[in-house]
Amino acid sequence: MATTIDVMGQFKLATALGPVGASVNFTNSNLTMVVVCVLILALMHLGMAPRAVIPGRLQAAAEMLYGFVHGMCIDQIGEEGKAFFPFIFTLFSFILFGNLFGLIPYQFTITSHLAITGALALFVVGLATVVGLRIHGMHFFSYFLPKGLPIILAPLIVEVEVISYLSRPVSLSFRLFANMMAGHVVFEVFASFMVVMAASLGILGYVMAVAPFALDVAMTGFELLVAALQAYVFAVLACMYLHDAVHLH
Amino acid sequence: MRRLLPAATLPLAVSALGVTPARAAVGLPQIDFANPLTTSQVVWGALIFAVLYVLLSRGALPKVASVLEERTRTIGADLDAAKAAKQQADTHATEVIRATREAQATAAAEVAQATAAAKAAAEAEAARATAALDAQLAAAEARIHAARAAAMGALREVATDVTSALAGRLIGHAPEAAAVNAAVGAALASRKA
Repeated sequence: MATTIDVMGQFKLATALGPVGASVNFTNSNLTMVVVCVLILALMHLGMAPRAVIPGRLQAAAEMLYGFVHGMCIDQIGEEGKAFFPFIFTLFSFILFGNLFGLIPYQFTITSHLAITGALALFVVGLATVVGLRIHGMHFFSYFLPKGLPIILAPLIVEVEVISYLSRPVSLSFRLFANMMAGHVVFEVFASFMVVMAASLGILGYVMAVAPFALDVAMTGFELLVAALQAYVFAVLACMYLHDAVHLH
Repeated sequence: MRRLLPAATLPLAVSALGVTPARAAVGLPQIDFANPLTTSQVVWGALIFAVLYVLLSRGALPKVASVLEERTRTIGADLDAAKAAKQQADTHATEVIRATREAQATAAAEVAQATAAAKAAAEAEAARATAALDAQLAAAEARIHAARAAAMGALREVATDVTSALAGRLIGHAPEAAAVNAAVGAALASRKA
């Protein structure tokens, strides 16, 4: 019996919503994004609906999410961070819910696609650059020449700084994409082992399949951490880039 | 472009188990840029992200902010009310202490006044009683003096009569009244002395 294993199949894009979706190339990834957005909005609106002075569980969750991101914006960017708060909140909640939603079996993980994380990262760095130019004008480029630097080192350091600045979107997007993809690949590899063992080793295979199953269970807990952590890392780095743009070091 | 990052080790590991992978080399769908869906998902994603941003920044986030602000305001108002109530209670407590002290002072004064009045009344009563007793004593003494004087007066008469009678018996006739009288007077005078 030839069992076929395709661990990458879970990342495959397809059109969603039938012929209408197909006609505009609306993908399963986009459908998941819509679901994720609905979940975020549901949490915020249903949670805050009671407007209670003493919050219930759902309201506490919505308020904690709000307070967490708000605190992060103010801590990382400073008072100017309030202006970027809605964007950072959208970014963080979109990635967090995308990561967590992807952990539900058979669901698509939107953040496992380099095109998506790359677009987000490019937008963040682009936004930071535009904000920096808006606030400081041409003076913004002094960012690439740290103060108190011996002028002799300038050609070297400026190059390093420019390269480091340009590599920001790359590291930002690859970190999230690679983390999410790796986790899901490992999930599927262990799951495939179960199928393979059961198919090729008979009763013994069923017994042995408990091991990869246990690993997958343990991995689920670990991946919950990764999902939250990577969303946090992405948002915090976005805040730091915006801080650099606002304050120039 | 399709096989830029072949996950080479995985198919090997899988084929070691006697399994034929779906494809000879598994390409990453993520970098399959020949697939129009790879880019179309970004366009749709950007649109969805923008809609989420607008819905959050216009609707959900101000809602949370207003609830948090309301809570801060409510708590602040409650604290202020509590502070005002405490101040009022303090004022009332001070008032009560002050009133108690006043009442104590009034009571003490009244007690002192009543004691003084009672003392004065008692003294007056004692003085009156003393005076009455003194008057009675004086009257009694006066009466005794009078009685004594009266008795003394009667004594001379009785002595004269007795002397006259005794002398008459002795001499046989009534003696001269003037001589008796003088003798009695002399005898009384010597007794008095």
